[in-house]
Amino acid sequence: MNRFGYIRPTEVSQAVEALAADREAKIIAGGTNLVDLMKYNVERPSSIIDISKLPLDTIEETEGGGLRIGALVTNSTVAYDERVQARWPMLSSALLAGATGQLRNAATTGGNLLQRTRCYYFYDTGTPCNKREPGTGCPAIGGVNRIHAILGASDDCVATHPSDMCVAMAALEAEVLVEGPGGSRRIPMADFHRLPGDTPQHDTTLAADELIVAVELPPAGFPEHYTYLKLRDRLSYAFALVSVAVGLKMDGDTIQIARIALGGVAHKPWRVRGAEEALEGTAAAPADCAKAANLLLDGARGLKDNAFKIELARRAIVRAIGQAVAATPQSQIDKRIA
Amino acid sequence: MTTTTQARGETDIAITLTVNGQKHKLDVAPWVSLLDLLRERLDLTGTKKGCDHGQCGACTVIVDGERINSCLVLAVTRDGAEVTTVEGLSEDGGDALHPMQQAFVDHDAFQCGYCTPGQLMSAVALTKAGRTGSRDEIRELMSGNLCRCGAYPNIVDAIEEVAQGSRGDKEPAQ
Repeated sequence: MNRFGYIRPTEVSQAVEALAADREAKIIAGGTNLVDLMKYNVERPSSIIDISKLPLDTIEETEGGGLRIGALVTNSTVAYDERVQARWPMLSSALLAGATGQLRNAATTGGNLLQRTRCYYFYDTGTPCNKREPGTGCPAIGGVNRIHAILGASDDCVATHPSDMCVAMAALEAEVLVEGPGGSRRIPMADFHRLPGDTPQHDTTLAADELIVAVELPPAGFPEHYTYLKLRDRLSYAFALVSVAVGLKMDGDTIQIARIALGGVAHKPWRVRGAEEALEGTAAAPADCAKAANLLLDGARGLKDNAFKIELARRAIVRAIGQAVAATPQSQIDKRIA
Repeated sequence: MTTTTQARGETDIAITLTVNGQKHKLDVAPWVSLLDLLRERLDLTGTKKGCDHGQCGACTVIVDGERINSCLVLAVTRDGAEVTTVEGLSEDGGDALHPMQQAFVDHDAFQCGYCTPGQLMSAVALTKAGRTGSRDEIRELMSGNLCRCGAYPNIVDAIEEVAQGSRGDKEPAQ
């Protein structure tokens, strides 16, 4: 690891000032991704700004019936929070599908939003990478690309966002609350992560001098009809090849509201409003589910090693809709697919 | 306001850590992991460095009641924390084994032993949290601890026995 300075602010405004004063500095919270990347020399911050003493570690109910999760609340704390389990169980399930007990105990909500891709070439400083060093090229496109994107990729980058939590938050239409020098703003999850385009070095729309302070969940948590179905090469402790978060509001057999987000397939959690609309007003007949899957995967393109993910995603979407309709969410302990 | 700032190359950061019940005042460079601090400064070499990237779990310790990978934690970021390592498992601080250690012996839950300290710390924290309802649950929640000798079935046996004891189903092995 390179040498670096250390700053420990005690107020949010100090953290924002420290970020604005030094664009090479990095925020550290749990450290599970940043320290790893620093050991690989992928991240080389001039200083780390340790926000662990900031008062951002609580979960509070909002006046509108939603939930405000502080940026420093750990993934475990969110996953096992009784309110989350009762009213936003899709989020709990997605969190428990990710990483390990040890990592979830250290990793934070804000850090999970900002975790970097696990593309092999991004991690390997011996190879070019447009995300790590803009303009050097993308060896993944013609290389080993089993885990890479099938949707929204560009000629410069085919990396995927690795988070499970973010997929559920996208389906739940959470908002990211940030503080910057000019004050605070809210970023809808749909706009928080971005597609790589020709600037894959930017994973998100967060400005360089902005700090995530919380994530807010809206009241609709789809506690009855939901699932988080994650398909991967190992049953535990592996990133998703394809994951599907589904939340439905049903009236009898009819779907009134549908929310679907895919993980493991793009540079951001993948949502297509038209696919959700195709399910709304239906009883999720096979043809309705197939139509939703086709709309979600419209424009999907496979590379040498990952074309299988298109059909895998199609089937996973249909299966996940079925799990949500039947109110039989995928267990994250019993890995047999319901 | 008590901002601690240190520029590149300047002096170490003063922190306090309570390790296995003993309070330590330490001056630490910001790039020192908790794992390296425990092993190199405090001579607590029971905690193992396996992958050093949070993948194997050999470095698992309990910090403020939660099991974490000590290799991915910069020590300065845990100023004021209480840390328990495998050396601190024995409740009387002596040579007596913790029930989980005894269960690992009884169930032959290791071969080479390198992953064992991490397995133990993870198992103790998991059992204390009460998330040991079934073998499947134990297996899933122990997935952050790799054992390349493949002692997994016996590790699950050991944890299951201690968990049943702590739930009052039966007495833990002594």
